[in-house]
Amino acid sequence: MTTTLSPDAAAALEEANAHNARTRRNQKISAVIRYVILAIVGFIMLYPLIWLVGASFKTNAEIFASPGFIPQSPTTEGYERGWDTSTRWNFGHFFLNTLWILIPKTIGTAISATLVAYGFARFDFPGKKILFVTVIATLLLPNVVTRIPQYLLFRDLGWLDTYLPLWVPSALAGDAFFVFMLIQFLRAIPRDMEEAARVDGANTIQTLIFIVIPLLAPAIISVCLFQFMWTMNDFLGPLIYISSVEKYPVSLALRLSLDVTEAFQWNQVLAMSALTLAPSLIVFFVAQRYFIEGISTGGVKG
Amino acid sequence: MGGEKQWVGLAYVAPYVIGLLVFTAIPFGASFYLSFTDYPLLSAPIWVGLQNYIELIFHDRTFHRALQVTMTYVFITVPLKLTFALAIAYVLNYKLKFIGFFRTAYYVPSILGGSVAIAVLWRYIFADIGLVNMIITGLGFEAINFFGDPRYALFTITLLRVWQFGSAMVIFLAALQSIPAHVYEAAAIDGANKAQTFFFITLPLITPVIFFNLILQMVEAFQEFNGPFIITDGTGAPLRSTYLVPLYIYDKAFRQFDMGYASAIAWILFAIIMVLTLIAFWSSRHWVYYAGDKRS
Repeated sequence: MTTTLSPDAAAALEEANAHNARTRRNQKISAVIRYVILAIVGFIMLYPLIWLVGASFKTNAEIFASPGFIPQSPTTEGYERGWDTSTRWNFGHFFLNTLWILIPKTIGTAISATLVAYGFARFDFPGKKILFVTVIATLLLPNVVTRIPQYLLFRDLGWLDTYLPLWVPSALAGDAFFVFMLIQFLRAIPRDMEEAARVDGANTIQTLIFIVIPLLAPAIISVCLFQFMWTMNDFLGPLIYISSVEKYPVSLALRLSLDVTEAFQWNQVLAMSALTLAPSLIVFFVAQRYFIEGISTGGVKG
Repeated sequence: MGGEKQWVGLAYVAPYVIGLLVFTAIPFGASFYLSFTDYPLLSAPIWVGLQNYIELIFHDRTFHRALQVTMTYVFITVPLKLTFALAIAYVLNYKLKFIGFFRTAYYVPSILGGSVAIAVLWRYIFADIGLVNMIITGLGFEAINFFGDPRYALFTITLLRVWQFGSAMVIFLAALQSIPAHVYEAAAIDGANKAQTFFFITLPLITPVIFFNLILQMVEAFQEFNGPFIITDGTGAPLRSTYLVPLYIYDKAFRQFDMGYASAIAWILFAIIMVLTLIAFWSSRHWVYYAGDKRS
């Protein structure tokens, strides 16, 4: 099909094409600027971590010799000597302690938060509105206010210097963030399948296990991952409740090594710091999609 | 919906109700009571009325200093962190390749930032001969005594938290991505430039998320403990310039076992956080835009 354009229309078309080209060029420039900003800011942000890893393989003499991160004469001395610690136990022992805090706590969190979120999202019961308000209130309630009486409670129960103060509150859906996050997820899931299951004679527990949990699985995984990170990072909890070195998690062990070996054994401290970050980093990179989804949906803090 | 079903729902939330009572509600009340007592842990609490509060408000210079440092810390950290988070989210919110890569890179510090290891790393970065000073002297400037100079010490702690802007950024990014394209098209047809589009379209549309992040970051910042505690060995050095209120509470409660006095400090901190949160909620009527029924 051929069309003849009047001179006016041709000029207009030409101008439109030029305009489009300009827009495309602007977009290209804009994209380049964005990449440059992102790369520079990203590099500055991640350099401390890169430096940490590099410095952990340096000799003590080299660590503060230059700001570069590549070791001149790489050594694993920091890891070997740091691993042994100045205590009777090596870092492996402290990692196992952390794991022993982590596993029951995470399982307890996942189960209790799922049950409670299911209760809130799918049932009506007396006092539901007020209880839901308390979920939001606990979300914002500063822990500093409740910490001292909690400590006194655990002392009276004889739970000091055990992991119970770290496990039990989480197993009773104590982290309101997770309950809130799962409720948000559940609200977005249509109830059709659950209603069909109920019509077919399934009770609420069967519906929960066979219908809801499979649909909710990504969110539950997010909960577990966040709890993993928070527990790995938790310092104040163990600091207050755990007093014998034998029961220390890695966070306390690392602080201890700081007190004892600080003087000039920099590479030991840096090596153990890098090592304690490794589990969190690995888990994050393997499962980052769950973190991003979790945080975007539930608005969970980092 | 029969009566039986009501009990089913309650049964599911029962763990939460028990936890709420035992670990939150009762401790909350108890700490209020304790704040009016003298309680040296080994003997029973003795009622002293307002004495703790009078001491704190009128006489305790350490507390005044800690409060001043905390306020400075919060009012610098929170706006800075949110600005960074929003700025980077804005740059990321564009059809870029590798957006996932950058988002991940920026998010990493916020999952590691609260750990002991990062606080330890911070000591090495800002030490007299540390990473930053090696770079500064390498560029021909004089080294800065970050942890020895009260003017800089708080800044390093602030930076530690601002560095963790990734979680707030991810929330901003999700909000930016949810703004429908036709809104921008309409703005472009009306001849709005980029700055106008940002300040009059984008920003108002994401105010609910700004509000959410603001409250969350503020409540968190008031409770910062790990960073300053590990970096300064719990002293808040130099000259208590990094001695945040939570460090003081820890010292009073778990070093001196002065539980009544420590509870009173916690309650003053709580009251301050509450008042600021309420101000934020109250003011939100004027600046937070909820699309509500206007959204089709």
